[in-house]
Formats: sequence, structure tokens, C-alpha cells
Amino acid sequence: MYEKDGEKYFVVDGHTHFWDASPENWVAGQEQYAKGWIECFHAYQGLGPAETHWSIEDFMKYSEERMMKDLFESGHVDIAIFQPTNLRQWYKEGFNTTEVNGALAERHPGKFIVNSNFDPRDGEEGLKGLEERVKRWGSKGVKLYTAEWRGDSRGWSLKSDDAARYLDRCQELGVKNIHVHKGPTIWPLDKDAFDVSDVDYAATNFPELNFIVEHVGLPRIEDFCFMATQEPNVYAGLSVVVGGLMHARPRFFAKVMGELMFWLGEDRMIFGADYAIWEPKWQVEGFVDWQMPDGEEFSDYAKFSTTAKKKILGLNAARLYDIDIPAELQPQAVPTTEPVGVPS
Amino acid sequence: MKERGALKDQTATAPDFLAKAVWSALATVMDPELDEPLTDLGFVAGCVVDGSHVAIRLQLPTYFCAPNFAFLMVADTYDAVTAIPGVTSADVQLQDHFAAAAINKGVARRAGFVASFEGEAVSELDSLRADFLRRAVLAGTDRVCRGLRADPVTLTRLTLGDVPPGRDLERLRSRRRELGLSCSDGSPLLIDPASGEPIAAVNLRRHLGAARVTRVSQEANSGVCRGMLRARYPEEDRS
Repeated sequence: MYEKDGEKYFVVDGHTHFWDASPENWVAGQEQYAKGWIECFHAYQGLGPAETHWSIEDFMKYSEERMMKDLFESGHVDIAIFQPTNLRQWYKEGFNTTEVNGALAERHPGKFIVNSNFDPRDGEEGLKGLEERVKRWGSKGVKLYTAEWRGDSRGWSLKSDDAARYLDRCQELGVKNIHVHKGPTIWPLDKDAFDVSDVDYAATNFPELNFIVEHVGLPRIEDFCFMATQEPNVYAGLSVVVGGLMHARPRFFAKVMGELMFWLGEDRMIFGADYAIWEPKWQVEGFVDWQMPDGEEFSDYAKFSTTAKKKILGLNAARLYDIDIPAELQPQAVPTTEPVGVPS
Repeated sequence: MKERGALKDQTATAPDFLAKAVWSALATVMDPELDEPLTDLGFVAGCVVDGSHVAIRLQLPTYFCAPNFAFLMVADTYDAVTAIPGVTSADVQLQDHFAAAAINKGVARRAGFVASFEGEAVSELDSLRADFLRRAVLAGTDRVCRGLRADPVTLTRLTLGDVPPGRDLERLRSRRRELGLSCSDGSPLLIDPASGEPIAAVNLRRHLGAARVTRVSQEANSGVCRGMLRARYPEEDRS
């Protein structure tokens, strides 16, 4: 819990990882990708404050102790949600798997929520595996990478019948939070990995599931915003938005936050620090201190109330994940800033 | 950036004249997504003019920048430089990128995107480019309209000729021209970049909101890309 100026903030970090990208874990013949991937993440870290930068060696593999300290001791996080990224084609034991995350979570009861993943191209076997992982780790969410290249397949779509079967099974299993990575393209080469039209389709067909679009569809937040105005069960995952912009590009951070507030509103924005790319400490403290600037350039945008910040930093995610919040931290009945985006 | 430094140090000799022309040509090549020149973004890592041969090196913010955008930038650089009178050959090399070998080879052979990535790409990049141009028109609409401080009803009646001349207006015109949309002084200021139809008053609020968020998105991306490029190549001094 974070406390500032007499206000208490229950912090749910909606996007965290425990990864191993050290050379010992690189698949033979795939070293350039394994190395390129982690260096790319490391460059993202460069967008945070200089005093929070790590050496590449520290960044490739960090200890459990360091993670616990960075999140829960210094980082103000109450509960963190693991989002897995397998990448077994480049990393022998995977990059950041449900199993490794889950094992860490079990050593620290009450601190983590362990999300899993699926890929509809795995067919019947994959459905079984999903069910096993969900039961084993108590997952209430999954992280999906629709752009992942595999064999001759150039990614998959949430519109497909196969994906619908998996979403059906998620619903049966009580996995109601579908985090979809919509970010920069790698593979497939000529498809837009950040095309959000398939989320639009699935969100309409599965109104009881929540779809959290991670990185808000960057680099195309406009498509995401238009889509989200029409789908009440679509949420903005703020990982990268806070970490990548708040310090490095404060004006654009303000504008992106202003747009998200304009089109989606304060009840549908979810904080995620994206550790270990960025530590939560400076993000939580910075966001609580932050306010929409004055001036003509920002005049279209709403100011952010303390209530809005509490929702974004934790209460919204707590609602999606049925996290019990101490009574003193429950949201007060105060008017919210309604989105004024125009549905078409 | 030694080579670039040399370019700035111009004298009136013929080779320097060519070097200047090459830099001007590079300044016309855009990152299709950010709609900004490669020269402003710091993507030109080196430029050497040797007689009538030009060697260009390009660098991007990450090892995994989207290969389709990267291909467009390398191909456009090649086209821009080889179109200069006095340039007989060019070598354009993207560096430090996972698909650099395939892109560089494909562009040098004028092979197109699909042939350069056999088995991994199924369509050429024309529609991607058009999509980005439509976004550039929307973002440009916000840049131009914001300065006008006109009331909404007036905005729907304005033509391009009504707008005070300036860089933003010319940029908007040029993107509309590339898409084959109307761009003369008599053309409506506000049009749907997909259909070319004027915006009706009833759709105005949504259109202006779309224009604004598209610009915000584009500029925020540009900020992320610049920040990452600086983190990746910290020793280099760029404006």
C-alpha cells in the first residue's frame, strides 16, 4: 500500500514478470534472437529515470530476492499479476513461463496472481494443457500473443473458431480476464500485430469476459480507443504507457492519458509496471504526484482526481480479479469522470 | 557521426554539392508510421559520397523494429538517393537489425518485400503505406485545425485555401496528394481520408476527436522511438 498526503492507495501491479534471459538459457542456433530480444527490452528500460537503470547482466537474470524487494518492499505493490511469455523457441526453459512464475508465487502466498496462456493452434492437447495449468496455479487470467509466428502459421486471430473454443473453455474454468498483447510487430512480417479488430469481435461475442489490451495497442492507440468506446468489456493495460512515457516524454504521457480518459474513462484503465523493464517504485510515486498539465495544449483533457488514480493503480484490477481490499481502502462513493468519447 | 559532420561542413566544390543533394534527398524519406524524416529521427547513421557512388547506413531504435516498416524505409532511401542526377550507384545498408540481411539484399536487387522474405510475407506493402498516409492526413488535420481556433460549424465550411499558408498545411496537402485525394485550394479542409468525402457537421466531433488521438498516438510513438534510439546509441549527438 502506498500512502501520500493522507491518501491510501491499494496497488495492483497488473503486469509483472520473472524471467531468465541469461546466455545459459539461450537455445543453440537462436542466440541472436535471444540476445536481441533482451537487449530490446533493456533499451525500453532506458526510458525510465537514469537512477533506475540496470546493467544488461543484471537485467538478463535477476534473483527472487531482488524482485520481492523491488515490488513489495520499495515498490509499494500490494499484489502483482504474472503475465507469462514463453518464447521457448529462443530460451531453453522458456523466457517467463507460468510454471516458473507459479513456483515463485507459491513461496510468497498472497502476493501474486498467476496468469497462464494459450495458443489455439495447439488444438485439443492445448485445451487440456490450459485446463491443467489453470487448475494447478489457480489462474483467473491469460496472456495471449496473437502475432506469434509458428511453423508456417503467421499468427492467429481471436476471430477464429479455434480461438472461440479456447475462450469458451476459459469461461467455463472461471478465467475471465483475457490480456491480449497488442504491440509492435515482429512476426508475422506483413501483418499488423497491433491490429485490434479481432479483440473487438471477441469482446462482442464474449460479453462476460474482460479483454485487457496490453500497451493500449501502441503504436496505434487511436484504433484501440475507437474500438473500446463500443465494447464495455475492453480495458486499457497501461504497461509501457506509464513506464515508457511518464518520465521520458511527459507531454505525450499526459496526452495519451487524456485520450484514454476521454474515450474509456477512469474505470477501464489498469496500471502495470512491466517489471523488470521498469521498477514499480518510481511509477507509482510519479503517477500519484502527476496531474494533467494546464495550458491550451491540454485543454481538451480532464484533470485526474485522487479517486481516479486509486482506481487506475489498483481498484480496477482488484474488481476484475476479485481481490479483497481492506475496508479503509474501498473506493468512496464519489462522482467519477465519465468518458466523453463518442460512440459511432 | 563523422560522415554526417563532414556533410555539414560544406564548401562550394562539386562533390560537396552532391553531398548536400544527398542529404536533402534523405530528408524526404519518411518513417511511414511516424510521418517524420529519417534525418530528423536520427535513423541515418552514416552517409558517404565517393565520386558518384553513395553509401548510406541506417539504424533503428531496436533490433526487432517491424521489418515491413524497415523495408519501406530502406527501399525509399534507395529510391530517393538514386534519383539524384549525378548519382550512379548507391549502397543502402540497414544495420543492427534481425532482418537486415534479407532487407538489404532485397532492396539492392529491387526484389520487393514478398520476394525478399520468401515464405514469410504474403503481400507487398502498398496497402500498409496507404493506411499510414490516411493516418498522416488525420494527424495533419489536427495540426492545421488546432491553430485556427475556428468554431465547429465554420470548420466544416473551410477549404484548404482558407487556411493561412504554412508548413503544416503543405504537409497535409502533400499527404492528401499521395493518396490521390483532393488537395487544391478549393477542396474542403475536412475530409474522410478513406473516402475523400467532406465531413458533415453531425460527424464533426468524432472526426476532430479521431484527428486529435491519431496525432497524439503518432507523436507519442515518435517519442518512444527517439528515446529508445538514444538509449541504444548513446554516444551519438543528434538534434
